[in-house]
Amino acid sequence: MIKKLARSIREYKKPSILTLVFIMGEVIIECFLPFITANLVNQIKAGIDLNDILKTGIILAISAIVSLCCGGAAAYTCAKASAGFAKNLRHDLFTRVQSYSFQNIDKFSSSSLVTRLTTDVTYVQMAYMMLIRTAIRSPMMFVFSITMAYIMGGSLATTFVVVVPVLIFGLLMVARNAMPAFRRVFKKYDRLNESIEENVRAMRVVKGFSREEYEKKKFNAAAEDICKDFTKAERIVALNGPIMQVCLYFNMVFVLIVGSKLTIESMGQTIDVGQISAMLTYGMQILMSLMMLSMIYVMITMSMESMKRICDVLDEIPVIHNPENPVLTVADGSIDFNNVNFKYNKKAKKSALSDVDLHIKSGMTVGVIGGTGSSKTSLVQLIPRLYDVTDGSVMVGGVDVRDYDIKTLRDSVAMVLQKNLLFSGTIKDNLRWGNENATDEEIVEACRLAQADDFVQGFPDGYDTYIEQGGTNVSGGQKQRLCIARALLKKPKILILDDSTSAVDTKTDAYIRAGFKKFIPETTKIIIAQRVSSVQDADMIIVMDNGKITAVGNHNELLENSEIYREVFAQQTGGAENE
Amino acid sequence: MSKPQGKTMPVREKPKFKPDTLKRVLKMLISFYPVLLPVTAVCIIFSSLTAAAPAIFQQQVIADIGKFYKSGDWSAASEVIIPKVLILVCLYVVSIVAITLYNQLMVIMTQGFLNKMRCKLFEGMQNLPIKYFDTNKHGDIMSHYTNDIDTMRELISRSIPTLLQASIIVITVLCIMLYYSLWMTLVVLLGVLLMTFVSKKVGGGSAKYFMRQQKAIGKTEGFVQEMMNGQKVIKVFCHEKECQEDFDRVNEELFNDSFRAHAFANCLGPIINNIGNILYVVVAMVGGILITTQVPNISVSSIIGGITVLTIDKVVPFLNMSKQFTGNINQVTQQINTVVMGLAGADRVFELMDQKPEVDDGYVTLVNCAIDADGNITETKERTHHWAWKHPHGDGTLTYTELKGDVRMVGVDFAYEEGKDVLHDVSVYAEPGQKVAFVGATGAGKTTITNLINRYYDIADGKIRYDGININKIKKSDLRRSLGIVLQETNLFSGTVMDNIRYGRLDATDEECIEAARLAGADDFITRLPNGYQTELANNGSNLSQGQRQLIAIARAAVADPPVMILDEATSSIDTRTEAIVQRGMDKLMEGRTVFVIAHRLSTVMNSDVIMVLDKGRIIERGSHESLIAEKGTYYQLYTGAFELE
Repeated sequence: MIKKLARSIREYKKPSILTLVFIMGEVIIECFLPFITANLVNQIKAGIDLNDILKTGIILAISAIVSLCCGGAAAYTCAKASAGFAKNLRHDLFTRVQSYSFQNIDKFSSSSLVTRLTTDVTYVQMAYMMLIRTAIRSPMMFVFSITMAYIMGGSLATTFVVVVPVLIFGLLMVARNAMPAFRRVFKKYDRLNESIEENVRAMRVVKGFSREEYEKKKFNAAAEDICKDFTKAERIVALNGPIMQVCLYFNMVFVLIVGSKLTIESMGQTIDVGQISAMLTYGMQILMSLMMLSMIYVMITMSMESMKRICDVLDEIPVIHNPENPVLTVADGSIDFNNVNFKYNKKAKKSALSDVDLHIKSGMTVGVIGGTGSSKTSLVQLIPRLYDVTDGSVMVGGVDVRDYDIKTLRDSVAMVLQKNLLFSGTIKDNLRWGNENATDEEIVEACRLAQADDFVQGFPDGYDTYIEQGGTNVSGGQKQRLCIARALLKKPKILILDDSTSAVDTKTDAYIRAGFKKFIPETTKIIIAQRVSSVQDADMIIVMDNGKITAVGNHNELLENSEIYREVFAQQTGGAENE
Repeated sequence: MSKPQGKTMPVREKPKFKPDTLKRVLKMLISFYPVLLPVTAVCIIFSSLTAAAPAIFQQQVIADIGKFYKSGDWSAASEVIIPKVLILVCLYVVSIVAITLYNQLMVIMTQGFLNKMRCKLFEGMQNLPIKYFDTNKHGDIMSHYTNDIDTMRELISRSIPTLLQASIIVITVLCIMLYYSLWMTLVVLLGVLLMTFVSKKVGGGSAKYFMRQQKAIGKTEGFVQEMMNGQKVIKVFCHEKECQEDFDRVNEELFNDSFRAHAFANCLGPIINNIGNILYVVVAMVGGILITTQVPNISVSSIIGGITVLTIDKVVPFLNMSKQFTGNINQVTQQINTVVMGLAGADRVFELMDQKPEVDDGYVTLVNCAIDADGNITETKERTHHWAWKHPHGDGTLTYTELKGDVRMVGVDFAYEEGKDVLHDVSVYAEPGQKVAFVGATGAGKTTITNLINRYYDIADGKIRYDGININKIKKSDLRRSLGIVLQETNLFSGTVMDNIRYGRLDATDEECIEAARLAGADDFITRLPNGYQTELANNGSNLSQGQRQLIAIARAAVADPPVMILDEATSSIDTRTEAIVQRGMDKLMEGRTVFVIAHRLSTVMNSDVIMVLDKGRIIERGSHESLIAEKGTYYQLYTGAFELE
């Protein structure tokens, strides 16, 4: 997992390594400082020669300045490396999502993708920063301090043989016990926050059913539970401090007693006073560096969850690929479904589509009608190869859709999705999604065909009107018509409208269809609708139920043959059978 | 320990230090933990005193070694040294006990406090009027629970104890330093001044970029959200490359701000540390100069013992003291940011807690009742499918009025915002058993009418009577209980399908829930779900289609078996065939009861008893489907498709 993420470091390897180098410099100086200070103290003690003190002082000051420079440089490179790593990670995630096919997209909710791209990446960024700043610092500090302690303290340093393993053991025990507890509680905590969000969103329902007290009780129980778990986990971690203190104090007492004995008995030969001070300082540093290491360990384990969630996205393999030697032209708008079976998931028991055999000639207008969940959308989504069939084949212009270059296919098969969307930007920007190089005339023409030109011209800024995020400043019917215009700009061979005029009034709807007939007669038009009036004049109407085509024919034929069609028609015309 | 936060706390405005908020936080802490808090404080004081004092003994021991080491006589030295070390050990033991105790207590208090805050927050929130939720972004409300509570966690668990501890150490050490030498203390204080100044400068720079980073994160989040929502559109238009380019631009901006913010923040540590190191040298130099020049030393000890000159055995311990002093000052400066942020978070939490709750001074309550042949009403405990309004009067008497579902609005005016009227002079008479429909464009005021009937909002002018009772007199929870509502935007809760249906009536049996689902036409698809009624829903039921969710919401209302039902675009995402099934079920359930229907699809409302056509807050037409068609007005135009409703 870490290896996979590390691939995103790329050009920021250099600042990462530089950080390590600078930190190394900083650590080296930091480790020598106690040595120099000890010297200074000894000099002051030995007799006051101001010149000597000055010399040592200057060395100390210079060291401090060098250390400052190293620290500053490390701060800079480390920030750059971690922020850059985060940038690359976001880039990689975004790229990966762009390569997803519909089946992959269905797996992740959009809000979870947003969290992965923002919050989770930030956690990883923080962990990485922590890692490169301290990953080398603490072990180095540890090694250096231990070495120096041995050099300076000699036999006194044996105290660390006892203290260090004890501390490591203690810290490890704490981390090992606390981590699972934390992971559990964080999951619960996330769930609690989700349920709060749910409650806020559903406040009208809560109040509507007078469920305030019930919700409070539910929340209190959950919160109480989390509080208990949190307390348990944190109490384990709170042992870190005391364990550290015990080791530190033991070390001090040991150094003071044994050190003073050694010093005095040897009359300052084996060890001198300055060395005792240095030993105390090194002891502190050794223990601190271990403490830091345990903190990194905890931090990294905690960001594991985020790493995992990021890897989920990176690991998701796009299901649909461009074929080798793809077909680059689409001959015409004919469509053939040959014994198609389709499941959204291979393991699903129920097929979304079964035994679909359907042949549509180029230029036909085809209506599709059927209840919720009858797989109307599933049927048409196979045409631009948004999903791949499970069995059988779908052909466009006489060629299997799996043999086309995806861009070629999708440019020829324009689909207006049911859950449609305009992006923030001007109307023109949005329309140019259909064709980047569309001239203004072409845009107006497409809008006329989609019956959108009138209202667009009515806006003060016309085609330069800014569409807010989610298209909130145009009405549902206007949005649908703009989406149709956008699709028309592709000049497609096949045009699919998936319930795309549901919010458009019947008159305008009729105009749109009349326009299609007149101006784009060669284009195959497939119209999914709830309203019978939207499809009744089609050349061919497909009635779907439960993933199967139950009837095919024109309006009159279906009124005769199809029970479902008759029922829907009767329902919508208020029981009036006669047109 | 807290979850790795990143520095992503929202910086909405430049945080200021707010003593009142701090006072309130402390007051709450004391009221929650009247015993534990003082105990903890004592422990902190103990542990910090014992952290500062041993340094004196340490130095004395080292000084003793200095005195004795030339003699080489350990037994004589040990008589002096061992007792001191023993005192040291005692101090250490006390310190460890105090530290352990306060660390544990702190955890208990912090978590307990946060828990109580969360519960208080949630309880307060349940009592807020709908208006609050309509006028505040849900993300903002949520951030009180996540970001703001997290900043408070830092404040209580880390900042307050650290500040207390560090200031005690600072004061103690300052006293000890003064005990040694005034001049050198002054030098140290000067250095500390410099440190504070620098950390303020650098900290300010980092704060500026953190704020920018916050903005950039917001922008990235918005962009990503839009793209992730539109991912399928992007695919259909093969627009991946363009989106990637746009994203990289936004991403680059975020990188720039994030990089600067962290660079500044990371600098602070080395700078302060090394100022400390240089200060150490300066103090040593000053000490050396003072000794050689024999300047009279002013210090606390000199006041007692008469003015002397500075000697080596004072300079050396002093140097160590100064290190401890600057270290703790550093701790304090590092906490200041957290304190300010924490208080800003606390402030926002209090803001939500201080919101005025929804007032409910209604006293008429809803009870189950039995009605005998003579029309006498007696209150019952069990459900009888009959309800009555229990109306206590000023003179202590009680009257029962049968709930019939007669709702009258007379001359109602209403505005969400002062001056922007949404409803003008609206009168609606719904007789018991009638199905009343509202039709009109978005913004015509259809939903507003239902908002007023169940008192999500209160009317500005006019009156609403429910079975002849002024609805302001009815207890809100009972009023709402009597009205089953199904809204266009379906909200389901995490839990099983069964749980969600049972939300309508908590004591409903499984059979009753299934029966309700059948009535709502939901049983069919539910039984085909992998686990049937026990299927877990998550994320507002994102694994179901919009239509299926609406069916569950209808079942939820049906199980409540309410006397009056409001269906606000409740079937908008259901195909007309299923809708017909739902309607048959609902008609059966609501036989003899009042139903309000709001719909955009005319086939939904055609069979209503009365249809009201709303336009810009006024009722412009009313009547049955046939009479409205005959009128050839707006409704007729809608029906024939000459108009588009949006």
